[in-house]
Amino acid sequence: MDTNVTIKKLSHRFPGAIIATHSFRGDDTAVVNKESILEICTFLRDDQDLLYNMMMDLTAVDYLGREPRFEVVYHLYSLKHNRRVRIKAGVSEADATIDSIVAVWVGANWFEREAFDMYGITFKGHPEMRRILLYEGFEGHPLRKDYPIKKRQPLIGPVN
Amino acid sequence: MADLEKDLHTEHMVINMGPSHPVTHGTVKFLVTLDGENIVDMKVDIGYLHRGFEKMCENGTWQQVIPYTDRLNYVSPLINNVGYALAVEKLIGIEVPERCQYLRVIASELSRISDHLTNVAAGGLELGAFTAFLYFVEARELVWDLIEMLCGARVTVNYVRIGGLKNDLPQGFQDKTRAVFKEVRRLWSDVDKLLTKNRVFIDRVRDVGDISAEEAIAYGFTGPCLRACGVPYDVRKAQPYLVYDRMDFEIPIGETGDNFDKYLVRMEEIQQSMKIVEQALSRLPDGPINLDLPQYRMQPKEDIYHRIDSLIFHFKTVIDGIKPPPGEVYLAVEGTNGELGFYLVSDGSGKPYKCRVRPPCFALTAAMPRLMKGRLIADIVPTFDMINMIGGECDR
Amino acid sequence: MVADLIESIAKIVFVFSMNVGFFAPVLGWVERKQSALMQDRIGANRADILGFTAIGLFHSLADALKVLAKEDFIPAGANKFFHTVAPFICLVPAISTFAVVPFGGRYELFGHQVNLVIADLDVGILFVFALASLATYGVVLAGWSSRSNWSLLGGLRASAQMLSYEVAMGLTIIGVIMVFGSLRLTEIGALQENFFHWGIFLQPLGFVLFFTCAIAENKRVPFDIPEAESELVAGYFTEYSGLKFVMFWMAEFLEIVTISGIVTTLFFGAWHLPFVTDQMLLSWLQFAGANGAAFLAMLVNVATFFAKVIFFIWLQMSIRWTLPRFRYDQIMRLCWKMLLPLALVNILITGLVVLVL
Repeated sequence: MDTNVTIKKLSHRFPGAIIATHSFRGDDTAVVNKESILEICTFLRDDQDLLYNMMMDLTAVDYLGREPRFEVVYHLYSLKHNRRVRIKAGVSEADATIDSIVAVWVGANWFEREAFDMYGITFKGHPEMRRILLYEGFEGHPLRKDYPIKKRQPLIGPVN
Repeated sequence: MADLEKDLHTEHMVINMGPSHPVTHGTVKFLVTLDGENIVDMKVDIGYLHRGFEKMCENGTWQQVIPYTDRLNYVSPLINNVGYALAVEKLIGIEVPERCQYLRVIASELSRISDHLTNVAAGGLELGAFTAFLYFVEARELVWDLIEMLCGARVTVNYVRIGGLKNDLPQGFQDKTRAVFKEVRRLWSDVDKLLTKNRVFIDRVRDVGDISAEEAIAYGFTGPCLRACGVPYDVRKAQPYLVYDRMDFEIPIGETGDNFDKYLVRMEEIQQSMKIVEQALSRLPDGPINLDLPQYRMQPKEDIYHRIDSLIFHFKTVIDGIKPPPGEVYLAVEGTNGELGFYLVSDGSGKPYKCRVRPPCFALTAAMPRLMKGRLIADIVPTFDMINMIGGECDR
Repeated sequence: MVADLIESIAKIVFVFSMNVGFFAPVLGWVERKQSALMQDRIGANRADILGFTAIGLFHSLADALKVLAKEDFIPAGANKFFHTVAPFICLVPAISTFAVVPFGGRYELFGHQVNLVIADLDVGILFVFALASLATYGVVLAGWSSRSNWSLLGGLRASAQMLSYEVAMGLTIIGVIMVFGSLRLTEIGALQENFFHWGIFLQPLGFVLFFTCAIAENKRVPFDIPEAESELVAGYFTEYSGLKFVMFWMAEFLEIVTISGIVTTLFFGAWHLPFVTDQMLLSWLQFAGANGAAFLAMLVNVATFFAKVIFFIWLQMSIRWTLPRFRYDQIMRLCWKMLLPLALVNILITGLVVLVL
């Protein structure tokens, strides 16, 4: 079946890096090893049968109490084949880093900054890893599940 | 000349454009390094309208998210409603009745018309064409009258429900739509005459903010901005949702991706959207608008007041929230600026575990420095307008 | 002697009250109402005195009162002296330019020669240019002294734009001067008694060029880049408030009036009615006696002149509400690469024609 070609090709090409796959409600998903995320993304973008030339969305999810705690989620889309795939990479709390994919899709720049802003996951090799939606001086990462809803932030003033 | 410049002490001027500046609509800051009038470097600071959308969603029930989505792209709230409801329905694995699907298409397209009208109008305004602005604002007013008739509100509509809609089409909606569209078409042709062949306008927008298709794709452009580059990608055609596959409409595309093409694409999409609304209204089937699944969609009020099972379901869904099965889905609809994606994660409880929005103008705004470097400061105006960054959506 | 003095004072009072007392506030109203008309709106109609709104005319009054009550704000770090002086440098030339614009012809009233111009200078048109260039200083100083980046950019743009367009405008005028053979505006006006000797027929290209340059000189849309509100907030007067702000605003409106006056004088027969010579007019009005006829003719001519002025004001406003604005480099290109060569061509053609005839 055509829809599964991405998962098949991925598992074939990176047998060691694919941890799990599923297709819940028709969304092809591959959980991958975070070490090989850059390779996998490059492969997904350049392989002639896949050609995932658009990085639609990049976000993270905090599964507090699970190991690895975070999941960085990539939603890719192939204009040529009109196909979508979801790639997930687990990131542990102790080593909350993952390779940046800005080199693969330049549009990932701000999305990675947002993930860093909200979850505190550092993207290695990102050209400008700083907060984007929140301000410098904001304490904590608000979308982590252990960030209290009613937490108060310290008052900041002008830098000068 | 070269010798002259060697001795002349010059330095770049850094100015903060925004957040309180006419062109930035109060929601973004450009840190522009200028060499005279030329832009040497540009940094974009967003987040001035950040309200913690995702955190709010994670702390409310699935249904309580819908009013929040109104505030994402506040110029086209109905599309956000529809997108979110469709994503939750995909997560649950249900499909709404046909009449509801048609009504959602009508609602989405009305929203798209109002957004494009606003965008083109604001573009004119910022280039000094105040008259064109007011013509389109008048047209938008009329479309908003329609939306108000449909759901009782003009901007914060809160019209779509998971598994249905708030209410059916009001009486006389068809006639009113006909009258409104007639007027909108008249205003459209007025603005078309004022701008499309206006030499001053063309000089300002042509060859400004252009980007190649490959680069646009790499930057994650979607919607009118990508189509202006000549890529016919539209979620409504590529992965039809609702009943878009039964509608007869065309996807306008541009060639160079400059601001003029973006303008033309939007102008044409207004026409196409009106066509879709008219088709949907003429083919509107009879039938229920809500699913008969009391665990997801509230029963009619009479039933709730008179039947114990309906009352229990009502109580459970309101207090605990509806409970989709655990899992994750991504669903994209064609927002006014491009692909509006919802990535939902459910842990089986009444609250979303994660409710992520893929805001189309986030990727577009990120490309502003690429579009503007080496240009004149005056070019920021049309380019930023045609990007159509909506603070509520970009900053969430 | 006393009669001359009375005449001069009367003329000054008339022109000043016409410009500052009538045109400036009424133009504010016209601008609102005309834009409203063009944009399917009603326009300002809320300010009322005892429930009487006078179709929105009281808004100008309300504006004036509001402005008087506003704080006169000088930003920190601004050069206070120049910041205060700049609006005056803008406004004074705008008011005084009208001194050389004739608003009527010569009439003999009770044995006294009345010449309807405040200062009948023999270098009238040069005086206009001299004063117009002075206004540039006001704008540049306003931009520089405000100590704001936006103001500075606006001031720089304004200086570049106004200087460039002055060159083109000056060259355009040469054609007119060659045709009429005079720099004196009253003389140019008097020479246009014959309808077919109106400047527009003798210098059609000159008119278009002059009008374009004049709008650019006045920094109105589509040439309003020095104050382009979407790019530079408000350009050179970003940091002005209260009365000083109104001075810039009034200078702009008065310049509109002055430009219309000069265009009328140079190209549209000044105070003359089309196809009506002074003799004809006087003979028609003989029923009122010699002095009465002269007086009535004066009234007719003044009314004609201001009717034409109002027409050109209307034209400028229509342009302002129809067109988007240019970009900085486009304005410069338009001036140096199109208007200037065209003005030179105009001079050449005019010179050849004058030589041959």
